[in-house]
Amino acid sequence: MTHTAGTFLFSLFFLCLASSVEYVESSQPASLAAEDISTNSNGPKQDSLFDDDPEDLFAEATEEVSLDSPERDVLLSDGPSPAITPITPPTSVITPLAKYTKCIFFPVIEEEEGGDSFDIHISVSDPEKVGEYMTSISLFKRNEFAVKRRFSDFLGLHSKLASKYLHIGYIVPPAPEKSIVGMTKVKVGKEDQSSNEFVEKRRSALERYLMRTVKHPILLKDPDVLQFLESSELPRAVSTQALSSAGLLRMVNKAADAVNKMTIKMNESDAWFEEKQQHFENLDVQLRKLHTSVESLVCHRKELSVNTAQFAKSAAMLGNSEDHTALSRALSQLAEVEEKIDQLHQDQANADFYLFSELLGDYVRLLTAVKGVFDHRMKTWQKWQDSQMLLQKKREAEAKLQFTNKPDKLQQAKDEIKELEGKVQQGERDFEQISKTIRKEVSRFEKERVKDFKTIIIKYLESLVQTQQQLIKYWEAFLPEAKAIS
Amino acid sequence: SSKTLRSVSVDLNHDASLLIDIPDALCERDKVKFTVHTKTTLSSFQKPDFSVPRQHEDFIWLHDTLVETEDYAGLIIPPAPPKPDFDSPRDKMHKLGEGEATMTKEEYTKMKQELEAEYLAVFKKTVQVHEIFLQRLSSHPVLSKDRNFQIFLEYDQDLSVRRKNAKEMFGGFFKNMVKSADEVLISGVKEVDDFFEQEKTFLLDYYSKIKDSTAKAEKMTRAHKNIADDYIHISATLNSLAADDMTANKKNLEKLSDLFEKFRKVEGRVASDQDLKLTELLRYYMRDIQAAKDLLYRRARALADYENSNKALDKARLKSKDIPQAEEHQRQCLQKFDKLSESGKKELTSFKGRRVVAFRKNFIEMAELEIKHAKNSVALLQGCIELLKSN
Repeated sequence: MTHTAGTFLFSLFFLCLASSVEYVESSQPASLAAEDISTNSNGPKQDSLFDDDPEDLFAEATEEVSLDSPERDVLLSDGPSPAITPITPPTSVITPLAKYTKCIFFPVIEEEEGGDSFDIHISVSDPEKVGEYMTSISLFKRNEFAVKRRFSDFLGLHSKLASKYLHIGYIVPPAPEKSIVGMTKVKVGKEDQSSNEFVEKRRSALERYLMRTVKHPILLKDPDVLQFLESSELPRAVSTQALSSAGLLRMVNKAADAVNKMTIKMNESDAWFEEKQQHFENLDVQLRKLHTSVESLVCHRKELSVNTAQFAKSAAMLGNSEDHTALSRALSQLAEVEEKIDQLHQDQANADFYLFSELLGDYVRLLTAVKGVFDHRMKTWQKWQDSQMLLQKKREAEAKLQFTNKPDKLQQAKDEIKELEGKVQQGERDFEQISKTIRKEVSRFEKERVKDFKTIIIKYLESLVQTQQQLIKYWEAFLPEAKAIS
Repeated sequence: SSKTLRSVSVDLNHDASLLIDIPDALCERDKVKFTVHTKTTLSSFQKPDFSVPRQHEDFIWLHDTLVETEDYAGLIIPPAPPKPDFDSPRDKMHKLGEGEATMTKEEYTKMKQELEAEYLAVFKKTVQVHEIFLQRLSSHPVLSKDRNFQIFLEYDQDLSVRRKNAKEMFGGFFKNMVKSADEVLISGVKEVDDFFEQEKTFLLDYYSKIKDSTAKAEKMTRAHKNIADDYIHISATLNSLAADDMTANKKNLEKLSDLFEKFRKVEGRVASDQDLKLTELLRYYMRDIQAAKDLLYRRARALADYENSNKALDKARLKSKDIPQAEEHQRQCLQKFDKLSESGKKELTSFKGRRVVAFRKNFIEMAELEIKHAKNSVALLQGCIELLKSN
């Protein structure tokens, strides 16, 4: 194990209780690993779990570096950095935070029109700082897998999924953000509170990301996802490095696209889409606002914790200075109470963040993906229209050629027209397909959103209840001490 | 209620022969006009029941004249009430006005209400602290008989003319002297009395500790307030989300918004109760300790005077010149010093008793209020959780 670069490996503990036989048995990690794992892999094989669509959508899916994916550009993965000795995972620090960050999701993936339901529980745990190479897996039972993955692996997975599914209307959950500042601190080997918190934040974010991805019935069956979850060794995500130039390309195209979007005036025949787009715009604004307020709450709660700790120390000193014995003791007790309350505030701040704030942050990012699929629909429409216009032109040209004596050119024109007619038909089919997909996706997304919020908000409120109940305990214990002053 | 506000100092205003309170006050562009109401059975006053309007500067004048009075050198002069300070809510109101465009109307209204409550709290605090100052005087066996105190209570004309004259008379000389004669003076003097030696050590140390505690308590309270304000914004945004929501989720969002609105009121009360019972308590006794320290300064000066008079007497004896004057001077210095020491001892002892009683009362009340608010919060939260789960 060399130490040429520092990075964190995350263990994926993957437990699948599958009532769907198809899922477990059809997965063949070994063979998949042997096969081509470039981004050229197709989507899921035809299977009956995909409900009413007879066509294999992905038969024609070609690899395109998605020029117009609205997701955030994937930056360079961890590049070369100075040699670092691995540190032992600071598990003792992780634990109190983990109360709110581990295993939040226990989803039951509901059947969609006759599919099977199954439970999946993914936990991302035990971040280990290791060198370049991955260590061996541990395979538990048949239904349980544990694999090690790098952060860049997660980004690589998302990049693949985005390029495959976004442009046909699927809402692909965005991967967690890279944080150059946070990562640098960790790489330099700073083992302090903030870098531990950074690791925990990232671990929690990755867990939620994966859970959201596998909750999606289509993505769950994607071979890249399966490989990611099960394969003992993933090839180093080369693409994330290559993406730096592709990423640059994307940035340029994004700008161009922004201009294009303004000029696409789509004839919206379907009011549903307009309504939904507006709805998501509004939702985005409100969620961002709410997110800001909650971030402020987290900040102030942390401040309160710090101030309480400082006051506790000060009260202790005052108690030492106090020459009246009983009052001196009461002041010391007060200092102790405040110290305990400080810890309460710290815990509450974690709940504020990991439950409430991160929920909102995740949805703000998800909405970006949602808005993206709407954009793709517009572009699909535009493509179809462009083909139509071109066909029209060709027909006019052919008509003109009828009067000239150029049989070769005429034939060529007729051939081109036939080809274009095919394209136009395809364009229309694509447009109808993406519209249908988006309708389904939006419906699924909204249901998930509501459920998600409810579950997590209830958990958050329960954390607030716990804090208040502890406060009662502490002050009730202090009260007799105060009364004892005489 | 006004009763709880007065609890930084207890056992005041029980003597029916002289009862003082500030039943109301007016705030006109940052100038506060206090109505000082006196009820008395003492014949030294012209009427048994009367009120006068007073400004903050009048209180300061009264305090300063008491400090300057040599006869009171051996007493702890109750600390002067601090100037009414509306800067904090005023600045916040200003910022709120600037940020109005970023909030919904409802949000803005709530924030404004919060600030108005803050104004009111500052106002109540300043009334309380001025009232306590007068009540400390009225309950003191010596100070209650002070003539300037009587003038302050009774004189039905504007005191500002009198104030100007007094300033010219004293020029703040004594007060400035005490202020500049810092710890060096006290610690430099050789202490002959164990009691005062202990008191000196204790008061100097305690003062710096309680000053620190006051500042830290204030920071704690402010953080609480900030959290309550955050809840306002959260509640408002949830409300907007509810308004836009056309699904069954609408009700959940409304319940949640309502919860945070109620919750923030409780948090606000936690903050203000902590402010009154803890921060204000510490702040008051910090100032009281300073007043006790001033007493020690004055005694130390008297001791220094006495020692100087001894030296002068020795010198006079050496020169065989002006001996009787020197002897008389020395005798006077000693008398003054002894009087100061005797009175000072009494004052400092009763001060400790007063402090202990006040701390006890406030700690009990603070703990009880914290428990009450926490129980309230639990009920609110659990109610909302039930509603959400049942939907």
